Parts: sequence; structure tokens; C-alpha cells
Amino acid sequence: MNETSYNFAYLDEQTKRMIRRAILKGLAVPGYQVPFASREMPMPYGWGTGGVQVSAAVLTPEDTMKVIDQGADDTTNAVSIRKFFEKTATIAVTEHTEEATVIQTRHRIPEVLLREDQVLVYQVPIPEPLRFIEPRETETRKMHALEEYGVMHLKLYENIAHHGAITTAYAYPVQVEGRYMMDPSPIPKFDNPKLESAAIQLFGAGREQRIYAVPPYTQVVSLDFDDYPFDPSKADCACDLCGSETSYLDEVIVDDAGGRMFVCSDTDYCEQRRAAGFTGAKAEAA
Amino acid sequence: MYVAVKGGERAIDNAHEWLAEERRGDVSVDELSVAQIREQLALAVSRVMAEGSLFDPDLAALAIKQARGDMIEAVFLIRAFRTTLPRFGSSEPIDTGAMACDRRISATFKDLPGGQVLGPTFDYTHRLIDFALAATGDAPLDADEAAERAGVDAERELIPHVMEFLDREDLVQQEPTDAEIDATPPPDLTREPLDFPADRPLRLQAITRGDEGFVLSMAYSTQRGFGRNHPFVGELRVGEVEVEMDIPELGFAITVGTITATECETVNQFLGSKSEPPQFTRGYGLVLGHCERKAISMALVDRALRWKELGEDNTGAPAQDEEFVLYHSDNVQATGFLEHIKLPHYVDFQSELELIRKLRAEAKANQAQQAEDTPFQDAAE
Repeated sequence: MNETSYNFAYLDEQTKRMIRRAILKGLAVPGYQVPFASREMPMPYGWGTGGVQVSAAVLTPEDTMKVIDQGADDTTNAVSIRKFFEKTATIAVTEHTEEATVIQTRHRIPEVLLREDQVLVYQVPIPEPLRFIEPRETETRKMHALEEYGVMHLKLYENIAHHGAITTAYAYPVQVEGRYMMDPSPIPKFDNPKLESAAIQLFGAGREQRIYAVPPYTQVVSLDFDDYPFDPSKADCACDLCGSETSYLDEVIVDDAGGRMFVCSDTDYCEQRRAAGFTGAKAEAA
Repeated sequence: MYVAVKGGERAIDNAHEWLAEERRGDVSVDELSVAQIREQLALAVSRVMAEGSLFDPDLAALAIKQARGDMIEAVFLIRAFRTTLPRFGSSEPIDTGAMACDRRISATFKDLPGGQVLGPTFDYTHRLIDFALAATGDAPLDADEAAERAGVDAERELIPHVMEFLDREDLVQQEPTDAEIDATPPPDLTREPLDFPADRPLRLQAITRGDEGFVLSMAYSTQRGFGRNHPFVGELRVGEVEVEMDIPELGFAITVGTITATECETVNQFLGSKSEPPQFTRGYGLVLGHCERKAISMALVDRALRWKELGEDNTGAPAQDEEFVLYHSDNVQATGFLEHIKLPHYVDFQSELELIRKLRAEAKANQAQQAEDTPFQDAAE
């Protein structure tokens, strides 16, 4: 079977309709995990099959797509997914956040604030924020229905009692519009404040067969306590390439002697800053 | 510098080329044909069809070739292909009573109508490496001749199910009648999200496409006491069955093809519960292709999962826990999620690094503070 015998964006229209219904339900009930009949995709579960199905369902021929993994456009899996849609949907692709209408992401939210005409699609491994407290789906669904979230606060409290701080650094739980507790996917907690956005945010978990959504301008609160407020921390330095002091940084080991540099995890953001003339401490070396 | 992020596209292309080369291996050795795999690695083909949920021996053989013999990868190829196929209807339930059996044994009755037919089985072979196979030898008996010697008629007669005999005496627990089954069409695991509590048709669907190793281990655990259910193999049969489909334009069902299937019915000892009298109970296994181990395992796991409807105690055994069994039996899901930890996690790891550094700095500061606060105690010690 060659590529042309597949439907636009791979999935058949019936499947897309089923996924769109789940997306609409998700948008209507922000943060609620909508079960959907996830399909086997031609990439493995865990590689972003949920995100790919959501993207396939929302893409139109006029869209421009951007795919990032760890904030970067050129990581292997981002390349692979971008190629998949280039091939099956023949859409325009870009690395520039501003130019994209649909952005599929794994583990990051772009540094640049998103607009109303953009859709951010997250790849989600474990959609259930309560999963590692309660392994049973039948139980966690009940807990959501009854808004029974005490166990999560208890866990965070125990963190503070044992370690003096909340020890969740990524996939930091949030409460959406004062109702559903939601896992924002494994983004660093640094990104959590950006969950309140002008863009539509869709979350797809393929293996776990769940879709959920945060509509534009929805309140998203990272869980915390009055005396231990939420702290979106990052490495305490500036990007060595572009000098940004506000972006999330990756640590890159550069030699055998433990030398390291910090660079923006959002590669497009970093490149645009450098193109605009900003430089960091080690810009020459790079 | 900064190589960690750049060059992904070229790396992927090169990796794919290398993979193709490795798949072919030494070019001075003849290439395997799909027909060779289909004919000579037939049990591998069966397994890929069973776990891929698609009966197509040629496609399964091709998948095995493409996957370099990695069975789960081959299953995955079949699943990803299957999901793109249009669905234009569903067949009538297959009639395994009308199966043309290559093999049919019962462990509960010495002799019975239809007889014991060993068929092609490893069961009584001695597992000695047959070095003669390393050289290409003469062709063995042809299949018809082998069948004749085994006492299987060329005109295979209908072989009744063993369960029917126990059924007549009312010794075995009743299954729903055809009318009851027709009243509630079974759910489709591949078209609806998994939901709990799962009914029996859904459980059976999940187990029949589940990983053979996983289902085997679950079944084995029940035999060793984790949810013990005292099974006997009432009957195991392997053979070809016709698939019939109702064609609306015709108004009646016609045969659209023939598939190979393996069916196992277990008879399980049961001393009764609050709701059920003492009787035999059943476990059921039905698998595409020739997969005996899987069919028997399936029957044991099916029986273990029926504790609720039979009013048994839940002993907390893993095989009794449908969420545990159904969520973890699918090897395409399992392998995907397991192997995805090979993908980059720089961002998450970075956030953990920052956290650990911060906690360690605070802990050290606390220790230093404590040492300062208690100099006299140190001196006294």
C-alpha cells in the first residue's frame, strides 16, 4: 500500500469524527478525561500516538504545523512525526512558533505566548494525575466524579514534611477551572503558568485511550499551600547561547571534565533571539 | 558542540538504511521468501495472526520477515495495517462444532465420539536437536498420507464437543443461549475504549489478542495457587472453520472464507458458592491459527476472571483482577510504553536535577547550621 492510498492525515474520516467528538466533549468539560477508541497508529504507543491522533483529527489542508520534543524541532521523534504529517497530509510545516497553526509537543510549552488562532497538542503518557496514588482506573474515575482530591494534597503535604519542599518537578498536577484535577503531561513545572493560554490546548493519550482539553483563557491552578506557594523553578542562570534569563534551560555536558553549558530548551526561541543579535556567555564557542 | 539536539533527520535516515542492511544479513546467503516463512515457520505466523487480530498468513509472514523475526514488532506491523482496513460488517459466529479438525484431544474422557486425534503435535517428541534438519533432507510424508496414518478421515465428520455430554447431565454450569447472546451484541475492543467492569465477551476479546507470554504466566499463576481453579482440559481442538457472513442483498449467509483456529474448553471443579450449586464450571479459549498454549492459557485466565458471576471469593490473585489482566495483556501497548523511555527526557531530567540540587543544598545548609548551634554537645562527646 503506498502513501497516496491513505486518507488525508492518515486516519479515516469516521475515526476523525469519533476523535473530534471526544475533543469537543473535552473542551466542554475542561480537564475531564474523555475515553476515546484510540487506534493503532504506525508508530509505537509511547511515541505520541495520542497526540498524533488528535493532530490528525484537527488538521486541515490550510494548516501549518510545528512539532517539538523537549522544546526542540530537531529531536528525532519530532522529526519523525513532522515527516509523518508532511507525507500523509501534505501540509506546510514550520519551525517558527509564530507561523504554526497547530503545534504538537512533547514535554514543553513554547516560550513565546500562543495566540487564539493556534492549537497546542500535547502527547500524554499517563493522563491520570492520581494514577501513582491509586493504580485502579475504576477508583480514580470515582474520585474525579466525587471531586475527592484529598489524597493528592496529602501527598504534597507529605513531600513537604519529609523534604521541606514539594518534590514534583514535572507533570505537576493542576486544577482546571476549579473542578477537575489534571495532569499537564510531563512538562517541567516551569511551564505550568503558561497553561492559562489564549490558544486551545488538547491532550491526547493513545495507549490509555483518553483525550482532555483546556479551552482558551481557562483558569489553571497549580496545586500548592498558602505557606508553600507553587514555585515554577528553572536553572538559576542564563542561556549560554542567546543570553535569555527567562527561558527554560537544558544542561549540556560539553567535555569529559564535567564542563557544561546551559542552553534554551526551546530551540526556535533561542535561534530567533540570536538572529536578533542577543548573545550569551559562550556564544562564540557554539 | 551542541550535537545533542541537531542532526536528528539525517540520523533517522541512516538508521533506517542500516536496519534494512541488517535485516537482509549476509547477501551470500539466500533471501527468505514470504512463502517459506508461511509454510515453514507456521506457528510463528499463527502467533502473529492471533496477537495481530488479523487472519492473513501471507501478510503475517511478510511482517515476520520485515521485523527480522521480532514477534512483537511483527504483531505491531499487522495491527497498524489492520486498523486502516474498512469494516463492512461482522460475520456470523463461527461454528467450531463444524470444525475440520487436524487435532482434537480430551483429557477428561479416555474415549469419546469423534475419538482422540493427536494430529501434528510436539507433545510426545523427545526434545533432541535433529541434526539431520541442518542438511536439507527428503520431503517427509505428504500431509494427506500423514493424516490417513493418524486415522483422520479425508471426509472429516462432525466431531461433537465434549461439553455437550456433561451438559446433558446438567453437571456443568449453563452458558447463555444463542437467543440471549443475540440480544446483546458483543462490544468491540478495537472500536470502543476499554471500560470497567468488563463483561465476558470483552475480556475474551482482550485475552485472545493478548501477549502469549503474559497470558501463559497469568494462567500458570492460577495453577500454582494464585486464584486456583482446578482445570481439566475437557477438549482442545485445532482445525479449519468456515466464516459465514450475512449479505443483506442476498438475505442469507454465505461462506466468505476459511480460517484456522484453536479452541480449548476447560472443565473446572467447583464446590458451589452462596449463589451456585456444586457443578462443573467452564473456561473458554479461542485463538486464531494454531496456538494451543495460548488457547489453554486463555481458558484458565477466563475462568479465573469469572469469580464474580460464580459467587466465588476474590482472593486478591492477579489473575482474578480484570483491570490488572486487561490493562497489561496487550504487548503492542506494553512494548511501546516500555520502550518509549529510550526517547529523550532531557527536560524532565533537567527539572529533577534542579530539584535534587536544591534539596541537597538545603540539607547541607541545615547540617552546617545544626553543627554551629550545638558546639558544646560536640565537645562533651
